[in-house]
Amino acid sequence: MGRRVLITGLDTFWGGRMAQALEAKPDVEMILGLGTKEPRVPLERTEFVRSDQKYSILSRIVRATQVDTIVHTFLETNSLAVPGRVLHEINVIGTLNLLAAAGASGASVRKVVVKSSTHVYGAAEQDPAWFREEDTRTGPVRTKLERSLIEVESLVRDFADDNPHLDVTVLRFANVLGTDIVTPISHNLRRRVLPCIAGFDPLVQFVEEDDVVRALEFATEHRASGVFNVAGDGKLPWSEVASIAGAHLLPLPPLRPRLFAAPLDRLGGVRFPPEMEGLVRYGRGVDTERLRRAGFEYRYTSAGAVHSFARANNLRRATGSTTPEYRYEQDVEQFFRHSPAVVRGIDT
Amino acid sequence: MEAAGPARSPGHPDDRDLIEAIVEQATAEVDDSATPPELTGASVSYLPVATRRPEAAPHRVDEARRSDVDEWGRSEHMRSIVRRLYDPMYRYWFRVEWEGLEKIPAEGGALLIANHAGAIPADAPAIMHGVETELGRPVYGLADYFFRTLPGVGTMWSRTGGVPAHPDNAYRILHDQQQLALVFPEGTKATSKTYTDRYRLRRFGRGGFVEIAMRAGVPVIPIAVVGAEEAMPIVFRISGVAKALKLPYFPVTANSLLLGPLGYVTYFPAKFKLRVLDPITFDVEPGLERYSRSRVMDEAERIRASMQDTLHDMLRERRSVWFG
Repeated sequence: MGRRVLITGLDTFWGGRMAQALEAKPDVEMILGLGTKEPRVPLERTEFVRSDQKYSILSRIVRATQVDTIVHTFLETNSLAVPGRVLHEINVIGTLNLLAAAGASGASVRKVVVKSSTHVYGAAEQDPAWFREEDTRTGPVRTKLERSLIEVESLVRDFADDNPHLDVTVLRFANVLGTDIVTPISHNLRRRVLPCIAGFDPLVQFVEEDDVVRALEFATEHRASGVFNVAGDGKLPWSEVASIAGAHLLPLPPLRPRLFAAPLDRLGGVRFPPEMEGLVRYGRGVDTERLRRAGFEYRYTSAGAVHSFARANNLRRATGSTTPEYRYEQDVEQFFRHSPAVVRGIDT
Repeated sequence: MEAAGPARSPGHPDDRDLIEAIVEQATAEVDDSATPPELTGASVSYLPVATRRPEAAPHRVDEARRSDVDEWGRSEHMRSIVRRLYDPMYRYWFRVEWEGLEKIPAEGGALLIANHAGAIPADAPAIMHGVETELGRPVYGLADYFFRTLPGVGTMWSRTGGVPAHPDNAYRILHDQQQLALVFPEGTKATSKTYTDRYRLRRFGRGGFVEIAMRAGVPVIPIAVVGAEEAMPIVFRISGVAKALKLPYFPVTANSLLLGPLGYVTYFPAKFKLRVLDPITFDVEPGLERYSRSRVMDEAERIRASMQDTLHDMLRERRSVWFG
């Protein structure tokens, strides 16, 4: 029997990309995606179930579909995307329900993969240059996003302790850049402005979006319990990120730079979320040796990820075009997937 | 902002080739960066245990970089500019004189330690400059993370070879990269001491530097510095100001009493003499998580005593603060 995989956040960038990647794998028998909205990417055989962001119906779905792998991509890592209360609902309560469903007696789940972020390490002056997975953060938790991700990870840790027969993998991803992903950083770079703090030029790491998907795939295919950092090789100064992407640095005052965040956003569409302050002051580096030792190979370095973004951005600027928006049409999709009228196994 | 440049429709026949060329170019570099091998076989028995070591991963760091800032923040380019600016100071102001510089190895990791002095210590740049110009290899100066919090200063410090003193950072520099690291085991206790305590070595922390050298399997090379104490001596400290400004200490230096605020950027032209002591290796197994506390403290104390003796020797031979 092939693998039966459940993906959370099918309507988000990562859920969609992950579903597409799994569809290409013949050994994956069934893919089920949960989302609060319709999927935004064309999918061929992924089943879509609409749910609320807290996943209250999840345990029924898990029991009914007998999934063996859960890929939890639906963790919000951008605090500007949703209000604080919703952030908590999505990250903490959503994960809580997900884990409850996965650990319920009679559940067929054997593997849980959680997409977390290196935001859990924070960024402070006393940090080591490279965080290992077992290191704890040195600074206090200052932002809602970090607090919620730390809470999620502690839930996952407890879950892994309580269910030693399950393979629980947490992947902590560095800041992502790439051809398509929109993050506060890429949003700014597309507008050719990169906020920085005057007098600080920290070293940062990036991971390319393809490597993110490949790392998630890798985690679903290998027995790799525990926490893994995922980031491209090397580090580069913040100013170099701007220079590669052809953006200008916008210096904010060293004292209370966040006071300028809201006016900046209002006036120029420059995003400066709270969790970015520590990063652009002290930078962050994570040690990726553990995942490498497990057999994962990166295709991009940190600088390579920035270049990948810059190349795609150059193309966007040159042609002025974006990929056409995909619209999910419930009835059409259902027809193609389930109607006996459709002859399967031929290329259409 | 997206549609920069003339608004031509992307479907225009003249543009198509161009666009395809751009797309090809954009994707070509991704493609030739080694297609990853299939991670699993076609028929998956449930989850194979991952044991494969990756063969030479595609490193393309240099090709993609625009600056020479390394992973510690040091830039050789910036360093060479600073060396050129600092050289006259080194040669003609402090007239730095080395003894036993050949004891510092030309390759392989080593932990340099030295005594520390002066409100804004002049010994660190002198040692780093001397070793880099004479041996032609970089020195990473480990110092209090406090520097990182200062705008401008922190970045400059990092670009010129400063690294926050974290045991993990020191281990990577010494063991993984086999580079030279410079630490001042006394820390700020030494730089904050007043002139009345000159050349009296403070406690060597908790001997952390010995433990790191043991773990990294590298020698400790002590350097005794004479002259830095007189370059910017502290007359007294004001703790209230330090607290208000969140500084580790606020010194009133002899320089500032003579020259006013200018005194905080002007050193007295004391003659610098540096003597490198014999490298100390520890007969322990490297790479352990923990080492015997008493052994570590004993070694640290022995090194401290030998440095103190050397300093006294050098001071006995010195006839003048300014001319050596």
